[in-house]
Amino acid sequence: MTAVIQAQGLGKRYGRRWALTDCTLDIPAGRVVGLVGPNGAGKTTLLNLTTGMLPPTSGSIRVLGGRPAANPAQLAKVGYVAQDAPTYAGLSVADHLRLGARLNPGWDDALARDRIGRLDLDPAHKAGKLSGGQRAQLALTLGIAKRPELLVLDEPVAALDPLARREFLQSLMEAVAEHELSVVLSSHLVSDLEWACDYLIVLVDSRVQAAGEVAELLATHQRLSGPRRDLARLPADQHVVVASHTDRQTTLIIRTDAPIHDPAWTVSQLSLEDLVLAYMGKPTHTAPTGRNHRPTLEVQR
Amino acid sequence: MTWLTWRQFRAAAAMMFAALAALAAVLALTGPGLADDYATGIAACTTQGGGCSDFAGLFFNDHQGPFLAVTAVVLLLPALIGLFWGAPLITRELEAGTHRLVWNQSITRTRWLAVKLALTGLAAMTAAGLGSLAVTWWSSPIDKAAHTFNFPKMAPLLFDTRGIVPIAYAAFAFALGVTVGMLVRRTLPAMAITLAVFVTVQFAVPLLVRPHLLPSTRSTIQITESNLEDFNFDADRLRVSAKAADTGAWVLSSHTVDASGHTVDTIPVSMSSGPCAPSGPPEQTLSACLAEIKRLGYRQQVTYQPSSRFWPFQWYETGIYTAPTLGLAGFCFRRIRRRS
Repeated sequence: MTAVIQAQGLGKRYGRRWALTDCTLDIPAGRVVGLVGPNGAGKTTLLNLTTGMLPPTSGSIRVLGGRPAANPAQLAKVGYVAQDAPTYAGLSVADHLRLGARLNPGWDDALARDRIGRLDLDPAHKAGKLSGGQRAQLALTLGIAKRPELLVLDEPVAALDPLARREFLQSLMEAVAEHELSVVLSSHLVSDLEWACDYLIVLVDSRVQAAGEVAELLATHQRLSGPRRDLARLPADQHVVVASHTDRQTTLIIRTDAPIHDPAWTVSQLSLEDLVLAYMGKPTHTAPTGRNHRPTLEVQR
Repeated sequence: MTWLTWRQFRAAAAMMFAALAALAAVLALTGPGLADDYATGIAACTTQGGGCSDFAGLFFNDHQGPFLAVTAVVLLLPALIGLFWGAPLITRELEAGTHRLVWNQSITRTRWLAVKLALTGLAAMTAAGLGSLAVTWWSSPIDKAAHTFNFPKMAPLLFDTRGIVPIAYAAFAFALGVTVGMLVRRTLPAMAITLAVFVTVQFAVPLLVRPHLLPSTRSTIQITESNLEDFNFDADRLRVSAKAADTGAWVLSSHTVDASGHTVDTIPVSMSSGPCAPSGPPEQTLSACLAEIKRLGYRQQVTYQPSSRFWPFQWYETGIYTAPTLGLAGFCFRRIRRRS
């Protein structure tokens, strides 16, 4: 199966600040990829590099086998719903569909009209007068009706209330199932992504901290708690993501492929949210005590 | 892409062309009457003899208001196009974030920019061309009389607002606005910078470039009653100047020179005695005094661009503005490929 996104040492610098460094990814097709990380971690930068909105400063990226935005054929293969779902405020819903039809050779007009009808959007309505949720749906309609192979969405639900959020993600998932899209969507909330994604990328401080199938990530990460001990004495195949200590107790989140045999540890499963928060350097059960809690490990595959 | 560009631009285009149509209608209604008045007046003063400069002066004076108004329209049109069509062309998309929508349709940015630049740029040039054409036609009788109020055809103001140069100015202002917008990325600062740069260029070109497009003509002429421009005494020093015969010429410099060809500021003749002393009717004194000046060898040396060079200069200047216009457009294409 071909890779949807292949990045090698990808980096982007704005002035002297690196918004993304040393990003290496190989994402297979047919996945719904969640890109999660705190605000300012570099999520939008990575998505802009994926869609060719920005050229990389270092490294390389190939999307569906081609250079992003290199030519009309490449552009036709990737749909992008950018942050805040930009639309032309002065143009009506119908104008937007016409825009899509004029600018995309693969435009599926029946699909677009059907979606607009189901969403109860008035075609004569100006996009500037739509609610946030309606605007997001209009932008998503444009993204889907161009019939891309990969749909990229940058914080598509950030500005929506919980109900609109759910509706949006549901209609996205329906479209994914119907058209066999690969999807990358970003959020700073794991809960948005948890039920939709089967692949996860955790991006913190301009670096990919973890990337992989959700099931595999959950299987290889454990929480260990037990009497206080020196981290240097852990087995070599146990990589500490976060460690926190009290006077008598040590709690670790580790990544390991091997089973845990040490009877001193109490081993517990992590939720996806725990896992992501661990990489973000914010353990869920103890407050961080300083910069020591920065992630110490990169998982790349 | 043409459809989208037109859809975004049509309101601005409609406003511009409605305003131009209104102006053209007014000019079309009043133009023939104006031309008739001028032709009749010239015919009358020619048959009466004695020259037509008095009629020209009166004619210009009567129509000075509308003349200046339509000239101002053509003068401002390119700047307005640069400000309101050029600068926001890209910045409006960047500010609203809509570039992220349109750049992700199945069309390259280069093509997107090409259509936007071509369509809006052509509209800009058409608007300036129509405006200049209408004003050039309507104002031609007034322009012929305008030298009496020191608005010769070749000099800045009339030269810049007649013929084909307004088209080149509009294209340049538009390209400048787009480029500045692309660099500054915000509409209001882009408009301010566009205006500042365009105004600077519009002053710099007639001051520094246009006088040297062709070598200027220098002629040394006798100061006579018919070409006398200025005649005044200051104690025992006389200051005179004379006009070139070519009334439409753009005079770059004009000095009084003495018999050996040196520039003099004033002519040392006595006002209390001799031919320049007031005695008898003023006309007699003047002609006697001018004869004395001639005898002493004083003449007027005028350096100018003759009015016969109007069209060559129009073409040269169009070329001079076209080169940077194309350069700016090329810069926009290079820039949009490299950056968002």
